[in-house]
Amino acid sequence: MSSSSPEQLLAEIRHHCTQSWTLMEVCGGQTHALLRHGIDQLLPAEIHLIHGPGCPVCVTASERIDQALELAARPEVILCSFGDMLRVPGRQGRNLLAVRAEGGDVRVVYSPLDVLAVAQQHPDRLVVFLAVGFETTAPATALLARRALLAGVPNLTLLVCHVRVPPVLHAMLNAPQCQVQGLLAAGNVCAVMGQAEYNALAAEHRRPIVVTGFSAMELLQGILQAVDQLERGAHRVENGYRRAAAEQGNHAAQALIQQVFHPIDCQWRGLGWIPGGGLALREPFASLAVERRVAPPVSAPASPEQAQGCISGLVLQGLARPSACPHFRRPCTPEQPLGAPMVSSEGACAAYYRYQR
Amino acid sequence: MCLAVPGELVSINEHHDPLWRTGDVSFGGVLRQVSLACVPEAQLGDQLLVHVGMALAVLEP
Amino acid sequence: MTWSNGDGDAIQLGHGGGGRLSQQLIRELLLPALGTSDGVLHDAALLPAQPGRLAFTTDSYVVRPLIFPGGDIGRLAVLGSINDLAMAGAIPVALSLGLILEEGLPIATLNTVVASIQRAAVECGVAVVTGDTKVVERGKGDGLFINTSAVGRVDHNLCIHPPAVMAGDAVLVSGDLGRHGVAILAARDHLGFRTTLRSDLASLLPPVQALLAAGLELHCLRDLTRGGLASAIDEIATSAGWAIELQEPAIPVGAEVSGACQLLGLDPLAMANEGRMVVVLPQSQAEEALTLLRQVESSAAQIGTVLTAASPNNPWPVQLRSELGVLRPLDLGQGEQLPRIC
Repeated sequence: MSSSSPEQLLAEIRHHCTQSWTLMEVCGGQTHALLRHGIDQLLPAEIHLIHGPGCPVCVTASERIDQALELAARPEVILCSFGDMLRVPGRQGRNLLAVRAEGGDVRVVYSPLDVLAVAQQHPDRLVVFLAVGFETTAPATALLARRALLAGVPNLTLLVCHVRVPPVLHAMLNAPQCQVQGLLAAGNVCAVMGQAEYNALAAEHRRPIVVTGFSAMELLQGILQAVDQLERGAHRVENGYRRAAAEQGNHAAQALIQQVFHPIDCQWRGLGWIPGGGLALREPFASLAVERRVAPPVSAPASPEQAQGCISGLVLQGLARPSACPHFRRPCTPEQPLGAPMVSSEGACAAYYRYQR
Repeated sequence: MCLAVPGELVSINEHHDPLWRTGDVSFGGVLRQVSLACVPEAQLGDQLLVHVGMALAVLEP
Repeated sequence: MTWSNGDGDAIQLGHGGGGRLSQQLIRELLLPALGTSDGVLHDAALLPAQPGRLAFTTDSYVVRPLIFPGGDIGRLAVLGSINDLAMAGAIPVALSLGLILEEGLPIATLNTVVASIQRAAVECGVAVVTGDTKVVERGKGDGLFINTSAVGRVDHNLCIHPPAVMAGDAVLVSGDLGRHGVAILAARDHLGFRTTLRSDLASLLPPVQALLAAGLELHCLRDLTRGGLASAIDEIATSAGWAIELQEPAIPVGAEVSGACQLLGLDPLAMANEGRMVVVLPQSQAEEALTLLRQVESSAAQIGTVLTAASPNNPWPVQLRSELGVLRPLDLGQGEQLPRIC
């Protein structure tokens, strides 16, 4: 595996590939990079790529988005989150940008750690951090929680929507209609968590898994290793992203997650209830949960995804291509999204829209 | 998912509690303060993988 | 210019009310800096008649912070309209200045901005010949809004506009992209990153005049502003009715802009610029044009080519060829670029 150019890697993939294989890249960042570089068009026709659920912005439960919208509209609240969350529609189609336009104090942060200073600067306001993300992002929220308790910042609260990747992969691979034969695992999640959970998945579901990075070379390398295993009938975890992802992951980051969170069953937007699929604050950090400070809003009726016939659930499971949706492009666009995968720049629908697949 | 970017560690603000140890990381000359809580081994000149203000890995050269 | 009034060191509603404070603002702050050539104050400025064609443009300027690394809203407001004239190959003759001040704006800030307007106007060889000042209540404006209009004379016989674009033309950019957008984001401070990068804010008159003086057959010029290269190229392709292909690796982006964009998940092609332009001209003249452009900005480069008219083979008005040789459509983005985690 010493190829030095994308062309050489492509040639190797063509050389190894003797039959049709279906691979899933788990991470939305990888989906975008594959389409941006046009790798999907350069691969042999036998290789089918299915786009995985790896966009935390897309899969955040719409109930949680509604909670964030309701909180952000309160005059005493400053709601902080990542920029990508501002466009995500709740169940009524409204998003945080709309709440901001109506006077809500919604602030974009680059880092969860920046929220501590916002809270310290505004002791008279309730500062809510809408915490989304996979295991890659959870350590930063965990560090914020630890610093907040140490520093004693009573007006800082968290609306936690962190999710875990392996349980959703387990659920998808268990589904009888699942077509995925090999997985490209998300390199940055593995940089934190290591390979242990993926070893168990590969063994149980008898599918090869390659920890894969994000550059064109790294993606091609991951595809080559996955195809090579499939052709040989192997199903183990290989690391194609050694530069960043150690086999054991990052112990300090794992420790932070374990100190602050515990796994819970949770709702994934478009995918349903995933056992062990989420994270919740454990004591004593649970005192930071926004639910402890304010009454939760009344739950709204069925989500618009179902109501409007949006097939984002099938897209997120890799069972349908975005372009197969009757609403794709008309009326569903990144500006007027029906479902979450059209919202985030990482979502599979947005990627198909942007790169016109 | 998880936009993580490599950058060079150019200064360290030491702290007795690793939870508060930070450093400046250069991304092509643009500097951002980053938590080093998860990379206690990080040294000046190291390439770090940074996500939302946290260094998550010291990259192999 | 230092000026303050006995009633305080901040703008009051009365400064726009037409009374004593208004008079004081005009006579003691604006006129000494900007003056009128004949010293006469009247409702309308009289301009000498020009032979041939005139170019006329207007734009409004809103920027936060008002003073940023590499410029301020005053310089931006002058160069912005002068650059719009330059895109028609015009030489500025006169400039108007409309100021909308927010109650509470520090007089010192206004002084700085007005002095900067004056310097930029002198640099471009143009005078502010007419103006207006209004004051809005605190909270109803972002400190200071400026509108400028500019009139220019056209000394050449070319029609520099999208309909003149031809298949086979070269597409050049006059320098590296995104400096203004990144400098402004850094200056706003809320994202916590630091850079020595300055805005690329500059007059495009000198490079355009150099291209015209060399007798080059300019087909189209377009300055890159808010929507960055992406929207400028898209506008040219769409209004010219030709497809344009850009070579992604050829597009000049500096290390700092690239670093900031990676960090925040932003697209350098959609980042704002205030001193960069796209030049479309015959391929045979591209090298000569680049040599001239590089005397001003060494990073100027040919980034693409005009193809044939849009067709089934070229379904997109603008396409990018990636490093791997694969084509993809140019993405215009969604307006406000938001930093993202994924």
